[in-house]
Amino acid sequence: MMASSYNAKDEDGHHPGSVGSGGPGAVKSKKPDNTAFKQQRLPAWQPILTAGTVLPAFFMIGLIFIPIGIGLLVTSNNIKEFEVRAVAIATSYSCECASLNNRNSPRTKDFSNVFMYYGLSNFYQNHRRYVKSRDDSQLNGDKSSLLNPSKECEPYRTSDKKSIAPCGAIANSLFNDTLELFYIHPNGSRIAIHLVKTGIAWWTDKHVKFRNPGENNNNLSIVFQDTSKPVNWRKPVYELDPSDPDNNGFINEDFIVWMRTAALPTFRKLYRIIQKKKDNMTPTLPPGNYSLEVIYNYPVRSFDGRKRMILSTISWMGGKNPFLGIAYITVGSVCFFLGVVLLIIHHKYGNRNNNADIPN
Amino acid sequence: LFVFFTEEERRVRANDREYNEKFQYASNCIMTSKYNIITFLPVNLFEQFQEVANTYFLFLLILQLIPQISSLSWFTTIVPLVLVLSITAVKDATDDYFRHKSDNQVNNRQSQVLIGGILQKEKWMNVRVGDIIKLENNQFVAADLLLLSSSEPHSLCYIETAELDGETNMKVRQSLSVTSELGDPNNLAQFDGEVVCEPPNNKLDRFCGTLYWKDCKYPLSNQNMLLRGCVLRNTESCYGLVIFAGPDTKLMQNSGRTKFKRTSIDRLMNTLVLWIFGFLVCMGVILAIGNAVWEKEVGALFQSFLPWDPPVDNFLFSAFLSFWSYVIILNTVVPISLYVSVEVIRLGHSYFINWDRRMFCSRSNTAAEARTTTLNEELGQVEYIFSDKTGTLTQNIMTFNKCSINGRAYGEVMDILGAQQKRVQPLDFTAWNPLADRDFCFYDQSLLEAVMVGEPAVHEFLRVLSLCHTVMSEEKREGVLVYKAQSPDEGALVTAARNFGFVFRSRTPGTVTTHELGKAVTYTLLAILDFNNIRKRMSVIVRNPEGRIRLYCKGADTVLFERLHSCNHELMNITSDHLNEYAGDGLRTLALAYRDLSEEQWEAWAERFRGADKATDCRDDRLAAVYEEIEQDMMLLGATAVEDKLQDGVPETIAILSLANIKIWVLTGDKQETAVNIGYSCKMLTDDMTEIFIVNGHTVQSVREELRYNAPPSSLLESISGEFALIISGHSLAHALEADMEREFLETACACRAVICCRVTPLQKALVVELVKRHKKAVTLAIGDGANDVSMIKTAHIGVGISGQEGIQAVLASDYSFSQFRFLQRLLLVHGRWSYLRMCRFLCYFFYKNFAFTMVHFWFGFFCGFSAQTVYDQYFITLYNIVYTSLPVLAMGIFDQDVPEQRSLEYPKLYEPGQLNLLFNKREFFICIAQGIYTSVVLFFIPYGVLSHATQSNGVPLADYQTFAVTTATALVIVVSVQIALDTGYWTAINHFFIWGSLGTYFTILFAMHSSILFNIFPKQFHFLGSAHNTLGQPVVWLTIALATVISIAPVLAFRFLKLDLKPQLSDTVRNTQLVLQKKRKPGGRVGRGSRRSGYAFAHQEGFGELITSGKNMRLSSMALATFASRHSSSWIDTLRRKKHANSTGAQNTPPTGEDSAASSQTPPLSTSSSAAGKAGQACNEPVLTHSPDDIALSVIRCPEREVGECSTGTVQVNIHLKTSSSTNCILWG
Repeated sequence: MMASSYNAKDEDGHHPGSVGSGGPGAVKSKKPDNTAFKQQRLPAWQPILTAGTVLPAFFMIGLIFIPIGIGLLVTSNNIKEFEVRAVAIATSYSCECASLNNRNSPRTKDFSNVFMYYGLSNFYQNHRRYVKSRDDSQLNGDKSSLLNPSKECEPYRTSDKKSIAPCGAIANSLFNDTLELFYIHPNGSRIAIHLVKTGIAWWTDKHVKFRNPGENNNNLSIVFQDTSKPVNWRKPVYELDPSDPDNNGFINEDFIVWMRTAALPTFRKLYRIIQKKKDNMTPTLPPGNYSLEVIYNYPVRSFDGRKRMILSTISWMGGKNPFLGIAYITVGSVCFFLGVVLLIIHHKYGNRNNNADIPN
Repeated sequence: LFVFFTEEERRVRANDREYNEKFQYASNCIMTSKYNIITFLPVNLFEQFQEVANTYFLFLLILQLIPQISSLSWFTTIVPLVLVLSITAVKDATDDYFRHKSDNQVNNRQSQVLIGGILQKEKWMNVRVGDIIKLENNQFVAADLLLLSSSEPHSLCYIETAELDGETNMKVRQSLSVTSELGDPNNLAQFDGEVVCEPPNNKLDRFCGTLYWKDCKYPLSNQNMLLRGCVLRNTESCYGLVIFAGPDTKLMQNSGRTKFKRTSIDRLMNTLVLWIFGFLVCMGVILAIGNAVWEKEVGALFQSFLPWDPPVDNFLFSAFLSFWSYVIILNTVVPISLYVSVEVIRLGHSYFINWDRRMFCSRSNTAAEARTTTLNEELGQVEYIFSDKTGTLTQNIMTFNKCSINGRAYGEVMDILGAQQKRVQPLDFTAWNPLADRDFCFYDQSLLEAVMVGEPAVHEFLRVLSLCHTVMSEEKREGVLVYKAQSPDEGALVTAARNFGFVFRSRTPGTVTTHELGKAVTYTLLAILDFNNIRKRMSVIVRNPEGRIRLYCKGADTVLFERLHSCNHELMNITSDHLNEYAGDGLRTLALAYRDLSEEQWEAWAERFRGADKATDCRDDRLAAVYEEIEQDMMLLGATAVEDKLQDGVPETIAILSLANIKIWVLTGDKQETAVNIGYSCKMLTDDMTEIFIVNGHTVQSVREELRYNAPPSSLLESISGEFALIISGHSLAHALEADMEREFLETACACRAVICCRVTPLQKALVVELVKRHKKAVTLAIGDGANDVSMIKTAHIGVGISGQEGIQAVLASDYSFSQFRFLQRLLLVHGRWSYLRMCRFLCYFFYKNFAFTMVHFWFGFFCGFSAQTVYDQYFITLYNIVYTSLPVLAMGIFDQDVPEQRSLEYPKLYEPGQLNLLFNKREFFICIAQGIYTSVVLFFIPYGVLSHATQSNGVPLADYQTFAVTTATALVIVVSVQIALDTGYWTAINHFFIWGSLGTYFTILFAMHSSILFNIFPKQFHFLGSAHNTLGQPVVWLTIALATVISIAPVLAFRFLKLDLKPQLSDTVRNTQLVLQKKRKPGGRVGRGSRRSGYAFAHQEGFGELITSGKNMRLSSMALATFASRHSSSWIDTLRRKKHANSTGAQNTPPTGEDSAASSQTPPLSTSSSAAGKAGQACNEPVLTHSPDDIALSVIRCPEREVGECSTGTVQVNIHLKTSSSTNCILWG
């Protein structure tokens, strides 16, 4: 930027112009090229905001958004969602087998799958230090990372001089309550509802991102033998689901779901799926009374957290979500209204005859 | 270069290298480059990190390396930083490479050095102080030399100093008589004189030193010096002793580092960046406080799941760290790419200026050049133009235009009906006069006829012109005469006489030989009574072959009329009328007279003259008195009118610029009369101005009084400004610029529509500019062509140099250069306006997009425990500013147009928003920021509202962090793309490509980064595996993005529409009505029919009179002169001839000269005068191009007013037909 004003070349006097018209043809013309680009004459579309374009745009937005909003709202209202605030009753860690008899049983008669969620409030999964406290390389089955996890995992990196697998704060705080749902038959018998525990994680997470170390070694206890379990855990990672080898170790879906951190401090995570009956004739959860049993392991009182259990059905646009429908209806109406207001203003005060004289 | 000792005096011994080496004087090698290959990297990096912005980003980078603070990976900062540093480094390296090249070229030039008595070829860089070098004609002087001897008589040598100070007239240098006798190399080799002189300095016109030789002292002055950068002319060869070499030469000493100019947008931008920085700190503090509260209330309890990092033991320390973490993630409000982008845009605009064909002058083969690439948008804000006159407004070419001989006017070409003829052919002189100058144009046949008929008055008139001057002639070949005139006026007059058959052929100290109508006549030159500023006239006394003695005099009419014989009364009145007419046309006039002297009168006077000449005290005064005695009782012959040719399109340009509210001040070294004349001819001054103040006082008191007296009453200042003009002379200006009066002066001057300062020094020019700059807070532009304009060009915000005329000093000092004054309108109204507009739109959008981007983090802070967690993927943060959003905004900043270029010239008022700084100021900035913050709120809370409850269609919740990040980022990219689409007013293919391309690139990179391929290679780096696929496959996400986009954009759209609909700007209106068929314009009128009297139009310095009579510069034989002349091809006079030639060939597009002044006075479609009535009788139905076709401005088809009454009402309809085939508009006066 700091240029010396002296340029030895200038001393030559070979400045354009001083050469002059020494002879036609002898001096090469320095006339710039006559291209549309260099002469800034590129063909161009020059849109102008006129009443003819802006007002219809507002009406169009209104006319499109309001029906969408109504559709969304109707869809959302058709979704059955049932929530149980579970924590209020469970008071202490000792209340392990607290079975609770629900007073307001869900009365669903939906024919599609029912999804069972657990929800936590005031739980900061999105805290910076929390989010980064994991080792994706280790979770991907990398042997070296298994024994030497990333520094990011501190202080849950090692325990007893053994590396922790899975390391980090996220894994350490894995939600480990067990929820069970029973149908209370009018005759008083409790029928356990079959809860499917797979298919609750992203396909990419389950099949690409998370992998057990030692691909072909089915005996996970050997693979993890030099590692230590996370401090808060009661059992090592290879015992998360001993019944199903495809759902054990790092590829346990409850674990994968937990590892996908939530964006907000109040969140819910998919816990189980209640699959619809094959015959398609009876509702997935027939009307009646249900009982939810929670094996209480996970302390949230200490930081003023709350637990919930949610049962919900699903539509094409996902779960119950009235916000989107209402927002669409509101925005659509506002746009439409704005269009009307602008139209009135334009007619009353607008500068319609722009072709009139231009002051100069 | 480091100077270890300060030189107090310089001692140089000729031919003694050993002696001189003791002093370690600089060698003649120059080095303007800054780096070499090894030093480049460290030095360049060091320089770059002196920039505050770069250091700031380095600081951020260091912060990011601290794990407790690092909220972003190091590469988010280092990638843009490295990019910026390397772009700058490449630019610096290229610049330096060219400097190396030119240094090498100069250093390797050959010169002949006298070593051991033999001339040897040496490279320039090997020349040492104390060497004696030989220069030949037309060579550049290699170093600052003491002239020792020359091949010319009296040891004179001629140099051209154009490269040094811009003056094109040749200067004479003379060596000391003792050294001039040395002559040949053998003697010079023995020369062992020692020079003691001042240390190197930058004063071009001063040198003092002493030569010690053979026990004698000889004083040395500037008159003995040849400075580096000069060119030797008309001198076969000369020898010089090197006194200063290389960096010590005055040329190099004068080329200090230029002051770096900044634009007002730059300054505003710096302020805003500081404010934003303050804002950043505020946000950091707010979030840090939040962090403290959160850590205390929640975080401390949450420790069972998330313990504090080891050094953190309490919430306050955590808050402290959090502050820095937030500084890192929020720093993108001042993105590093801002400064680079601004530079890139300016560079683009500069190229457009360089490429503009309509600013190319084919005559001088010069394209416009933006020499500084950092000032472009300031061109759109200019309020004051300070213009030099000679060479800038005028071409500095004089043409003999009209004359009045013995009461009869010649030169006005009329047909029988009295109307001006169209397209008259210039007279052909060559047929009967082989000595005629082919470039001379004259249109009036009657003068030629009068010469043929042999009218004595006409003959005598032409004889005066051929005898009474100080022109020198060169005859290279028989019959090819070249005149060397000291002032172009004289050249024009002598050339006129030559073409009419009175050819000045040659002169000796005592004789003048002419060719009168083919017959050689030799006059004895008895005396030259030379010109000076007080006398305002010059005379010669000659004896003709018959032995009669006659005094011929030419001079300013006012002076001459006083000294006429009383019998001339009647003739004087008629001539006076003619003179008035000429003056009204802006011509420079001279009156001619003669007086017969008897032998006795001559003898008596000659005696007194010799006495006065020999006097030692008050010689000048006594000479003047003697001259006065003899210049009495003269007989009037007539008057000449010489046109000081304006450059093409000057009046039109000035008219358009003043319609654009730009005030034009002319600052000239010329005399008042000349300056006023030019003021009239270029329509700055008009006759319907209420008053023209002339401030001409010599004392503080008188100047103050004149200013007070003249100042329009302050209450009226606003309403009537534009009707006044101020003319102030240099000596008054000196007082007016004093601290206590400058405000008064400025107020008066600014209330006037036109200001002309005459007889000002270069320093005063700069002071005037400085004054306006300081008090008016307005952008100033100075335009000039000569060395005397350098100071003002450097002082003004923008300096423009006119290239291709005089020297190149002005061009070297300037920021922009082109060869015609009229290109100024295009530079300002088209390029400047666009640059300003583009830069403003760019800045608005740039701040907007970064606030929209960054502030999302702020809102997220409230939901993530103020932990400085980013909302987006870190790759997105890295690439957002340099990939996803950089190109569309650059394309807008480089290519955008609101109205086509023709419109900006048609409606000069479109220029006003720039002057008033309307498009980007603090208010606009806050609007942009507010809009950005609003968008960020929408971008955060709409996804928040939707996603917190939403699930995928397979039941998996969407509220996970990665989905949220992808949704927000995608919404952001789409919203800012829609916004740039709204902001772009001119969608070229490039804009389409960049905008769609950026969106495409975003999605491509997004899917690539989230692909399993990359994850499998770097599992630690790409955490977002599968997010794009999972997120963007969900209809809910797209509904969210659409919702956010509409909520962000709809209010902007409504607001813009309302603004456009209710309060449209002129540009909007013009844009709306791309094809206006009718518009009203104020009627143009005839102006300039003034009562001004032009003064003596001679050079501003004394002529060569004394040199001629002393015979110093005379060759002994005319043969020698001829051979000499043929040897040296290029001379100053050649340049003049070339200019004339170019002028006559280029003049085909313009109306013939005779009609030119009348045509242009009638032309101005923009003039405010309404006195068109006088034109009613003229039949003119043909189109007259007032611009060359190159110029897009208006070609005017004039139609006569059929009814006088109608046009005096002042409503002349002007119709514009837009021809789509060519960009020329025709205006019909109907």
